Amino acid sequence: MDWHIIIAAAIKVVVFVFLITLPLVAMSVWAERRVSAAMQDRVGPNRVGPFGLLQAVADGIKFLLKEDFTPDHVRKGYFWLAPALTMVPALLTCAVLPFGSQLFGEKMVIADLDVGPLFVFAIASLTVYGIVLAGWSSNSKYPFLGGIRATSQMISYEISLGLSVVPLVMIYGELNLGNIVMQQAQNGWALLPLWGEGLSVKGFLLAIPLFISFIIFTVSMFAETNRLPFDLPECETELVAGYHTEYSSMKFALFFLGEYAAMIIGSGLAVTLFFGGWSLPFGWLTPESADAVVPWWVGLIHIGTFFAKVIAFILFFIVVRWTLPRFRYDQLMRLGWVFFFEIALFNVVLTALLLWGLA
Amino acid sequence: MAKVVERPKLKWWEQLYLPALAQGMRVTLGHLIRNLSGKTKVTMQYPEEKWDEHLPEHYRGAPALVTDEQDRERCVACQLCEFICPPRAITIKPEEIPGDDKWAKVEKRPKAFDIDMIRCIYCGLCEEVCPEQAIFLRKDYAITGTSRAEMVHDKKRLYEIGGKREGLVNKWNELK
Repeated sequence: MDWHIIIAAAIKVVVFVFLITLPLVAMSVWAERRVSAAMQDRVGPNRVGPFGLLQAVADGIKFLLKEDFTPDHVRKGYFWLAPALTMVPALLTCAVLPFGSQLFGEKMVIADLDVGPLFVFAIASLTVYGIVLAGWSSNSKYPFLGGIRATSQMISYEISLGLSVVPLVMIYGELNLGNIVMQQAQNGWALLPLWGEGLSVKGFLLAIPLFISFIIFTVSMFAETNRLPFDLPECETELVAGYHTEYSSMKFALFFLGEYAAMIIGSGLAVTLFFGGWSLPFGWLTPESADAVVPWWVGLIHIGTFFAKVIAFILFFIVVRWTLPRFRYDQLMRLGWVFFFEIALFNVVLTALLLWGLA
Repeated sequence: MAKVVERPKLKWWEQLYLPALAQGMRVTLGHLIRNLSGKTKVTMQYPEEKWDEHLPEHYRGAPALVTDEQDRERCVACQLCEFICPPRAITIKPEEIPGDDKWAKVEKRPKAFDIDMIRCIYCGLCEEVCPEQAIFLRKDYAITGTSRAEMVHDKKRLYEIGGKREGLVNKWNELK
């Protein structure tokens, strides 16, 4: 056994997932509340700690101390399983995200898989099981409706989500997220081809399908993470609280955290695929090749860059949530099946034609 | 007759939904920026900022009893306030003023005067009805306590809040 690899992976898991992502989840809840407050001319939570930064801690304590009530009429096993099933896949997808270049000669990705986006989609689509099980096992009408909505919504948008990444994969000829980022670092980000080989007619032409991809990817990501304007599974005004109506205490908190974790992972994936992951713009501080030695301070800058981009993207998520009203259900389905599916398919063809014409 | 509302015919760019998104974001981000730059007037941060100096003249806070300039308690225990009080927060036990008292000719005074501040709705009817101008609504608004008993203001506490009030009715004043 090569203990070195296992220990390094364990450290990366602990640091990336438990010391960075989970606190980021808590912080994004706080940010959501503060930003929404500012957008609605309110103040928001500002009592616990400086600027209310410890509000998430207070909420966590509250969730832990509340009564964990299991109604009589639920199917206990699945009822208990469901919250874990929403939280775990969200965190599992962290595994393939490259959150930095290198640090002390160690690649800053937990599992350097050659099937990055596929792995993310495979695991992330498991989240729907948590929601479906929650909706079904609650044995109550509103969670049931929420579960049904979640299922159809996630299945519909999974397709356009997958198809929207195909052009990217075609252009980079690569499914390893680390290598995709490395290519973007050297030749311009997918949406900002302003340096390296990207600064050419070919680069600009290929940015067109990539931009369409990005829009489809982002909107599908909103739908996948059940965020407004696509939060029909929860939909307070119609379904009480949707699939987690019957949940309380920490089980509810797990749904809540899972949703935000999915949002962070979604942001991370969007940043990795379209905004050059950990790389700084204009090729600054970019390593020569994937195997080149990177000084530790550059490695730290790369990690910081990645999280800065992720946080910017999360803020975008939040602003969109508090700007748009909710879609009607048939509009949501129409958008997914009639528009995005077709546009994504067309986009794949367009990319193929461009690649063929430019070859 | 049912009224048919024509749905607006959207142009193709309006159907795209993206311009609407941009418009919406302009509104919300405008609010965000105005709020963060401190231009929006938001709610007062209560325990740190108090509104004492902004209270209007007619503010109705906690009711309290007052004495006149000779430290005589103005209340003559007529119980009008007790009867008019809509939530029945006031309880008065009258007593006779003994004959050897300086103010024996007033005849009556409250032995006990309790206002249950949990019940009080700060309507000010007691102040309005009082013929002796003995009860006034002060500007105290932070009436707190850790038990129901603590929230009942007794006579001593009421005079403490009210203090002395000069002028007004001089009906019982010897100097008049």
